[in-house]
Amino acid sequence: MSNKTLTAAIVAGAVATAVASVAAPGSASAAAKEKCYGVSLAGQNDCAAGPGTSCAGTSSIDYQGNAWTLVPQGTCASIELPDGRVGSLEPLDRDLPEG
Amino acid sequence: MSEKNTRYRKIEIPARAGVGLKAQHYRDVLEGAPDIGFFEIHAENYMGAGGPPHAYLSAIREFYPLSLHGVGLSIGSHGALDKDHLARLKAIESRYEPGLFSEHLAWSTHDTAYYNDLLPVPYDRETLARVCDHIDEVQDTLGRRMLLENPSTYVAFEQSTMSELDFLREIVRRTGCGLLLDVNNVYVSAVNHETSPEDYLDSFPVEHVGEIHLGGHAPDIDDEGRPLLIDAHDRAVDNAVWGLYDRLLQRAGALPTLIEWDNDVPQWAVLAGEAAAAERMLAGVAQGTTVHAATA
Amino acid sequence: MPRLPDLQAAFSAALTDPDAAVPEGVTAPRGGRADKRFAVYRNNVTVSLVGALEDTFPAIARLLGDEYFTALAREYVRAKRPSSPFLAEYGEDFGDFLDAFPPLAGYPYLGDVARLEHAWLSAYHAADAAPLDPARLTAISESDVGDVRFTLHPALRMVQSRWPILQLFEANRTGEGKPPADLSSGGESVLVTRPVLDVTLSRLAPGASYFLNALAEGSTLGAAAGKAFENASEFDLAQALQAALAAGAFADIRMPD
Repeated sequence: MSNKTLTAAIVAGAVATAVASVAAPGSASAAAKEKCYGVSLAGQNDCAAGPGTSCAGTSSIDYQGNAWTLVPQGTCASIELPDGRVGSLEPLDRDLPEG
Repeated sequence: MSEKNTRYRKIEIPARAGVGLKAQHYRDVLEGAPDIGFFEIHAENYMGAGGPPHAYLSAIREFYPLSLHGVGLSIGSHGALDKDHLARLKAIESRYEPGLFSEHLAWSTHDTAYYNDLLPVPYDRETLARVCDHIDEVQDTLGRRMLLENPSTYVAFEQSTMSELDFLREIVRRTGCGLLLDVNNVYVSAVNHETSPEDYLDSFPVEHVGEIHLGGHAPDIDDEGRPLLIDAHDRAVDNAVWGLYDRLLQRAGALPTLIEWDNDVPQWAVLAGEAAAAERMLAGVAQGTTVHAATA
Repeated sequence: MPRLPDLQAAFSAALTDPDAAVPEGVTAPRGGRADKRFAVYRNNVTVSLVGALEDTFPAIARLLGDEYFTALAREYVRAKRPSSPFLAEYGEDFGDFLDAFPPLAGYPYLGDVARLEHAWLSAYHAADAAPLDPARLTAISESDVGDVRFTLHPALRMVQSRWPILQLFEANRTGEGKPPADLSSGGESVLVTRPVLDVTLSRLAPGASYFLNALAEGSTLGAAAGKAFENASEFDLAQALQAALAAGAFADIRMPD
């Protein structure tokens, strides 16, 4: 198939094929009452101090962990780039930012 | 979705115990249909256009009175209120017709940056004027009276020229707003500023109070080794706060009372237990002695 | 004594700068030192915003590990405060931040994974709409169907990547036991939809993103299919349409005038 306009018959045939093999999606109305939908807690606002703010040292935030010097230790450490590199295993050799 | 067209009958918030609605408990509430006086939501958690938050809230709203509590309006900012935020607040208010709306005496936005915390204001004439202007704007926009919540604070300001109570009284006088009395905040601030929570409560203008908040706090110490309480909402209501609540009820009569628990949110049954404890104390107060103003 | 605007400017600047002094006029009771007291506010701001990022980007947190993610999120918070109290929008450019963060240059896929995670949350909060009933298409005559235009579902998002971001997303967000993604398996373009209330991710077939983008811009079905063929010769219209209908990608159709 090249970049020419598709004929109406080809489009109609594709539509018929597509519609024949797909079920109508469910309706959202009252769905929350019937099924356990996943609830995301991301972006929730509280009118309280953040968790751990009192126990995690209110005198200062723990700024020991510095993303400029740490090496990622999560699952990315075991993911190989196609050219064979495995992330950057050495921390960046550069001056640290202020703070 | 069909809920959009639903017109809820506005239900007054009863003088019972309510619970802050957390997403973790949507299913408990819908399936267990607990006997709870009302639910309160944080407006900012429903500022998306649709999706599960609104689907669940719409379902719950059919069965319970709803109270709307803002946490991000930044009424105490020197700068103008965020018009987009106010518009979204109005949309939620129109959609769910809550029995009452409340916000904090605090600021959280500066130069369009939002800091996600309730920051303290100095109690002076300049701040008073700004706060009153902002409350006027909110009440005009929503077309209803709002309740303003007393803050929990960790610092004081040298420039303050008024007590917190005088500041709140003057706001009420100028704007006609009501007050939300957070008893945990009273205790936290009193300990942090070495004042008497009993004196504060006994002088509080309870005739303007439309709702009470109860929540848990976390103990810490300040630079000088003195007690510093953090308004963490991460545990059960402290016994000292229950005692103050009892003292308040004797004077003010039964009022809608909310249990707040926002961090380390427990199983539903734990929250229901806290609400039941408040409800028992409310039941012990003769309804006829209630002196509070209506919240409508 | 600072006036209110100056006080709030100094107060807010010190909130995200751990080296800043306590703002002038901020005190403990009886005028004592307020360093630790002020640090409560400073901590609340950073801890809560770092927590918001952690909630929004769990796959990035798992890819980097908790310690690294927290340190990185602090850098982001210091660089960018939310512009609105609706925190679900916070981190919209976290992917760009990851792309531009020099120490992560060896992990070039992270930015696209972050964009997919933000698209997930954006779809979660998007406006409600009933997905198009496929039967409505069968009611249209063969001569007219190519001229139909589509209204895309308000929750539809697309994220295109030269990395296998759907594998990376699923392995680090939904599946405990899933093997790590194989980066040599090629790029993935992901369709994000919310047909009812659950956000759904699916891999777009070759050409399908051109097809859906053309429909989003108002092209007719026939013209959008032509656009897809132009860009991807293996484009299969029936398959792409079926996948889009099944995923709830459309809200409505508009008949030719």
